[in-house]
Amino acid sequence: MDEVLEIQREKERWRKGLLETKKFSRASTSWGQELDAVYDPGEVKETKYLRDIGFPGQFPFVRGVYPSMYRGRPWTMRQYAGYGTPEETNTRFKYLLEQGQMGLSVAFDLPTQIGFDSDDPLVEDEVGRVGVAVDTLRDMEIIFQGIPLDKITTSFTINPTASIILAMYVAVAEKQGVPPDKIGGTLQNDILKEYMARGTQIFPPAPSLRLTGDIIEYCKDHVPRMNTISICGYHMREAGCSLIQEVALCLLDAIVYVEEAVKKGIHVDQFAPRLSFLIGCGMNLFEEVAKFRATRRLWARIMKDRFKAKNPDSMKMRVFSGCLATCFTATEPLNNIARGTIMTLVAALSGCQAIHTTSYDEAYEIPTEDSVRIAMRTQQIIACETDVPSVADPMGGSYFLEYLTNCIEKEVEKEMSRIEDRGGILKCIEDGSIGREIALQAYELEKNIQSGKKVVVGVNKFTSGEEQREVELYEPREDILQRQLSRLKEVKESRDQEKVTQALAQVRRIAAGGENLLPPILEAVRAYASVGEICNVLKVVFGEYQETT
Amino acid sequence: MKPKKRILLAKPGLDGHDRGAKVVAMLLRDAGMEVIYTGLRQSIDQIITTAIQEDVDVIALSILSGVHKQVSRKIMAKLKEKGLSGIPVVVGGVIPPRDVPELKKLGVREVFPVHASFDRILEFFRTDLSEEATPVF
Repeated sequence: MDEVLEIQREKERWRKGLLETKKFSRASTSWGQELDAVYDPGEVKETKYLRDIGFPGQFPFVRGVYPSMYRGRPWTMRQYAGYGTPEETNTRFKYLLEQGQMGLSVAFDLPTQIGFDSDDPLVEDEVGRVGVAVDTLRDMEIIFQGIPLDKITTSFTINPTASIILAMYVAVAEKQGVPPDKIGGTLQNDILKEYMARGTQIFPPAPSLRLTGDIIEYCKDHVPRMNTISICGYHMREAGCSLIQEVALCLLDAIVYVEEAVKKGIHVDQFAPRLSFLIGCGMNLFEEVAKFRATRRLWARIMKDRFKAKNPDSMKMRVFSGCLATCFTATEPLNNIARGTIMTLVAALSGCQAIHTTSYDEAYEIPTEDSVRIAMRTQQIIACETDVPSVADPMGGSYFLEYLTNCIEKEVEKEMSRIEDRGGILKCIEDGSIGREIALQAYELEKNIQSGKKVVVGVNKFTSGEEQREVELYEPREDILQRQLSRLKEVKESRDQEKVTQALAQVRRIAAGGENLLPPILEAVRAYASVGEICNVLKVVFGEYQETT
Repeated sequence: MKPKKRILLAKPGLDGHDRGAKVVAMLLRDAGMEVIYTGLRQSIDQIITTAIQEDVDVIALSILSGVHKQVSRKIMAKLKEKGLSGIPVVVGGVIPPRDVPELKKLGVREVFPVHASFDRILEFFRTDLSEEATPVF
């Protein structure tokens, strides 16, 4: 205590000297809080190491979710990929596995994500465009052809149709002779962020949450190695919200999901260990690392105090992090390699369990083999050529970092209360107020970039006049649609239509009732019912979401 | 006093990313224009119906998923079919510069690829859009 007082006194003296310096610009956090010139032990005198920080793998998990961190298990390098046909996706997956990637991540096309079949006239332009087209189990079989599902894990960026894709993955594993309790991965399955920032929702919130609960329940019993949700903050952040809101909205969504599962009578410790998170890593290295630490502490306390979890695994926030691609530029794209390095470093310093490094050409094309290889090498270089993974939470103890960790925690709690006071996250989603707030912040940020107030190197400062790279759109080959159409036709012709009809009727029955929808969806999928057919049945029962603009 | 310019800002197709559209909507509103934002997942027919109902001066499409040529072709054809070729159409989003001439040939009045500056956008929307677009054959 004495030392802290002495430090404070000395700092006052030091500050007088500083103020006499002719030049001293102001700095603030990205959410507008003024930053001191330097941080010292005085800033964190309220923090008690054992209570507030602790050791890795121990409550409140600020320093990491596992005791050994990267020395026990390196982070998973998981690059998002998938486009065109199931065959092309299979080829890209095999390439990535050869190049050292440890887990797969599937990008689906919009029709698949939103519940349309490739033969729906509404979606003909979108088939196989932003990801792989999946209409029936046959497509999933091709995607994972020759890839042993008991040896790898797969992440699925899929939300309202997550139950169907999960069922297909289980069915593909069955055909490989792999029981469901041996397969693993992550389903994004975070419907609330769809309404706020990503836009692939199908049904209204209530039935969507029911489906989420059904997936959690089904996996608890049958697919215990599947992370049932990747609760996201990333997308709202990319839509323009602040760092504070990214965390606040993410945690508020998480609370809704936990409550949904608890409502079904599932004890929190039976499913919470399989919840996971998806949070962005940005350019402000210190606030970003602090963000992860603060979020881990907040989540641990929410699970322990609010939901009375007893199992420490229920309190661990396991995170997949992707570089905030909105920080990348189409101008002077090679600069993005530097940006990707910084953001990947953030994720590694933050103790994330899996990392996606955005490829440098993301701003104008789907990553080529070369650019995605550089992205992977970025991770590999940090992992193998630096001492970042040598020690858990290596930045811990930095006065600035601990100060920011505490600040962010407080600001997030304030933001969460503010939304609770306004009726809670569901209400704020449905009345459009969150959407409006996020959009407003995006506008403010863009104004700052356009005016030069926010510096973007190569774009509004230190520009070279370099020709902007030509946007190379991935043009799905003309034949992709044709191939999907003919495959779908062939599947429909060769399947047992009677079985499909019965299976779909059962889906409808269960949807209208209250039982778990996964078993009937699995039956339907095994019979080669299509994504569209299953969703149409669900739409009849659940209705469709109406956006508030 | 001139009536406020009415702009229909639409998201055709399945793409759910609306940050750009919303930012432009706010920019144009701040500049004193009336912006009607359709929300996501609009079909061509819905967009045209809304354009008629709202009596707009221009239709602005936000397209990020790469379907700008297909969508432009379809909407220009539909507008022509309904005798509405007088409503100018502009497109913004992830558009390769090399596609711009083709879009203009289809009759699209102006194109705003990524990084289009606020100044450029405002300059365009402030012009008298009622001039007939002369398709270049």
